[in-house]
Amino acid sequence: MNAVTAGTSGPRVRSDCLVTITETGEEGRNLKIQSKVMSMYGDSIHSLVNDMLDTFNLTGVLLEIDDQGALPYTMAARIETAIKRFNPSKTGVYLPDTNPAAQREPVRERLRRSRLYLPGNDPKFAINAGLHDPDGVILDLEDSVAPTEKDAARILVRNTLRCVDFYGSETMVRINQLPLGLEDLEAVIPEGVHVILIPKCESAEQVVAVEERINDIRIRCGREAPVFLMPIIESAAGAFKALEIATASPSLVGLTIGLEDYTADIGTQRTAEGRESFWARCQVVNAARAAGIQPIDTVFSDVSDEEGLRLSVLEAKSLGFEGKGLIHPRQIRPTHDTFAPTQEEYARAKRIVDAFEDAKARGLGVVSLGSKMIDAPVVKRAQYTLRMAKAAGMEMGGVEE
Amino acid sequence: MSTGMIVNAAGRNVPREVNGIETIPFKGVDGYQPTGTKAAPKIASCANYPKDGNKVVPSLKQALQRAGISDGMTVSTHHHLRNGDALANMVFDAAAELGVKDLRWFPSASFPCHEHLMQYLDSGVIHHIEGSMNGPLGLYCSAGKMRGLGVLRSHGGRYQAVQDGEVHIDLAVIAGPTSDPFGNANGLTGPAACGLLGFALADSQYADSVILATDNLVPFPCLPWQIHGNHVDFVVEVDSLGDPEKIISGTTRITRSPDRLYIAELAARFVRDAGIMKDGFSFQAGAGGTSLAFGIFLSEMMREAGVKARFIRGGSTKYLVEMLEEGLTDFILDGQTFDLEGIRSMRENPNHVWTSPFTSYNYHGKGCFATFVDAVVLGATEVDVNFNANVVTHSDGKLLHGIGGWQNCLSSNCTILPIPSFRDRIPVIVDKVTTLCGPGELIDVIITERGIAINPRREDLLEAASGSDLPIRTIEEIKAEVEGICGGPPARPELDDQPVAVVKWVDGTVIDTVYKLKNLIG
Repeated sequence: MNAVTAGTSGPRVRSDCLVTITETGEEGRNLKIQSKVMSMYGDSIHSLVNDMLDTFNLTGVLLEIDDQGALPYTMAARIETAIKRFNPSKTGVYLPDTNPAAQREPVRERLRRSRLYLPGNDPKFAINAGLHDPDGVILDLEDSVAPTEKDAARILVRNTLRCVDFYGSETMVRINQLPLGLEDLEAVIPEGVHVILIPKCESAEQVVAVEERINDIRIRCGREAPVFLMPIIESAAGAFKALEIATASPSLVGLTIGLEDYTADIGTQRTAEGRESFWARCQVVNAARAAGIQPIDTVFSDVSDEEGLRLSVLEAKSLGFEGKGLIHPRQIRPTHDTFAPTQEEYARAKRIVDAFEDAKARGLGVVSLGSKMIDAPVVKRAQYTLRMAKAAGMEMGGVEE
Repeated sequence: MSTGMIVNAAGRNVPREVNGIETIPFKGVDGYQPTGTKAAPKIASCANYPKDGNKVVPSLKQALQRAGISDGMTVSTHHHLRNGDALANMVFDAAAELGVKDLRWFPSASFPCHEHLMQYLDSGVIHHIEGSMNGPLGLYCSAGKMRGLGVLRSHGGRYQAVQDGEVHIDLAVIAGPTSDPFGNANGLTGPAACGLLGFALADSQYADSVILATDNLVPFPCLPWQIHGNHVDFVVEVDSLGDPEKIISGTTRITRSPDRLYIAELAARFVRDAGIMKDGFSFQAGAGGTSLAFGIFLSEMMREAGVKARFIRGGSTKYLVEMLEEGLTDFILDGQTFDLEGIRSMRENPNHVWTSPFTSYNYHGKGCFATFVDAVVLGATEVDVNFNANVVTHSDGKLLHGIGGWQNCLSSNCTILPIPSFRDRIPVIVDKVTTLCGPGELIDVIITERGIAINPRREDLLEAASGSDLPIRTIEEIKAEVEGICGGPPARPELDDQPVAVVKWVDGTVIDTVYKLKNLIG
């Protein structure tokens, strides 16, 4: 008997369900649904299942669901995955209604201090991720997803982008390495993802390939909003090509680095001190700065070490990075706090920007502060500092002298 | 509505009669004030007790026999040993051996460890339970298997029921972690140390017969005497009162869930920003993960602002003890303690004060502490748009929790429920709670991860919070967002119209009914 499953279940599983489809050889369809929310949403679950089986025109099957409180978009993703696993010729899609609050326009110039990784195939993390106010969330299709679950994750991430409100956090998807990653784009680009992370990027051609496929999809689905790109340097070859990669496309907003893979690639291990990756990180910072995009640092993965995180963020900031990758909401606030300017940095930046505004208002071409002339890049830097300060909520205090 | 039901002042259908006794339907908060004289225990005479003060009898069975256990009696126990309690099980094992039937078990609460007693509910040794039912016994009751109706009371309501004669305890069996042969006992030391014994106070004072069971018998005098031997008829030594690991936790864990931490922090910020956190204030927070985290966030804010509390109400844990020892509060007034540090502090620190449902919660006292606590932080299974809350059943109708001191605490100056707005796919904010345990007029603030809803009746709190950067929203807004996430408003559980339990209000009136589940699958 031909049986397939999708999703997960069990006493420790939350917000997910296990869908099993078995061929019966009989007419029609049988449903066997168990759910912890049966008394509240039993009717809604039945109508979803029937609607999906109608949409995919599937009969002669037994469909079983063991539900641990999956939200509707998750259950729909699991059923669609099971249907496609059961019968790969079912290539259509079942798109849950979009949540209007989940549809936000991308913004090129914005803070990207914190990017919170969310495993693409685990539904329980996404729904509240935005509440913790990361600058961005990364729905991951790559390393956090088992090779056998790539299909499931792609569908779940697509539905997540349609339905989950991240409350203003930038939505990012880390696609798989090319060429598989190009197929991922088909699922996520139509849903208005803001940024695509390109893993193990080693050439400008890879960036262009992603960009071309994205533009192709945008034209096909009539989506005008831009989709930004952020390649991840994760190899020696990538580190050498950092500048080529950083300047490969006008859609790039940042360049980042993945140190687990990078250190493995150069034949060593990650240390807390990080001397082994110093060169590559400087490459990334300089390439990004040369290209006028944001240099973003690697992930800090020890959730319980808040002090280590702060030191790591301080170091990243001192090297020139503007952001950090995170794996737990608890890491967000320390990261933002540490990226925030010090009171001295803030006070100085405020004086510079005030002098600039004053000079502009008076039509002066030269900005000066006291007896010193201020160059344009200094003003730009000061403006950035003020934005960081504002984001950290610190503009109120300690300025007046 | 079946003919035996009547609509109470909260608009809920409640039985006219519970286990053969006529009930008084809920008449509104403070709406019922009985008159007359309180109940009193039988007159005892020293002449009938051993002159040498030694009341020890060889076995629990003998003690029950000598206390005159017989069919239909009310037998009480306390729950300071929580899920580690072995004594209640031993009591009914002995009762079963004696062939007694139709007992009314009147625990201050029951726990999953008491699943053992289902056999006696099945066989008829126990007729029904009046007391909180946590876990398996709650489900047993939900399924309609109990012979009588369950009666759920708050800690204060239990004292009230004993004092106004609604419940007469024939036989109290009190676990005393340390006791002397006269029956003086405390919970501060011994293998089953649990802190204090306040939940057994009414039982010791009002029961016809009192049996004190201990696994740590010391020579007279056992000090301090939280239970006075002068109330005790018999003392029994048992091998073990229970499993220390389940009575008390060695360490108390704060929640690690980022969502719960966020809710706890919002609650603490509310207490600070609404101006409640000021010198000399008081608060109460329990030992649940979110409440613990609330206390820790608040203590940080108190430290930062240089604010000191006059008293904090427990259940205490090491975190409250740290606040006491650091000087962030002058006193802990404690009804129960949950960890080893709490017990140590209670034993050593005179400012860590034991309280009882009499001092803290009792409706028939001349006042009680709960009404003048500035802020209390409580949980709930459901809240409705009128701020009514449920704490005993889940949205699927299953009875799974007791009331504890929850109802009594609602009378504080500011009652705050920090709760997730939904759990998995189960909305917590609903149109109408499945079971009404707390009237909305007493519930002031709902704190969820998707915003803070202040009860519109509390214009003062709305005003106080208006200048802050707290995410204040209406409860309807939060509910609408949650229903958008969960896939519309949830259907109400299909319940049988057969009552299986009633929920009492703090004054002894019936506020709501728990119904039998139509089917217990899914």
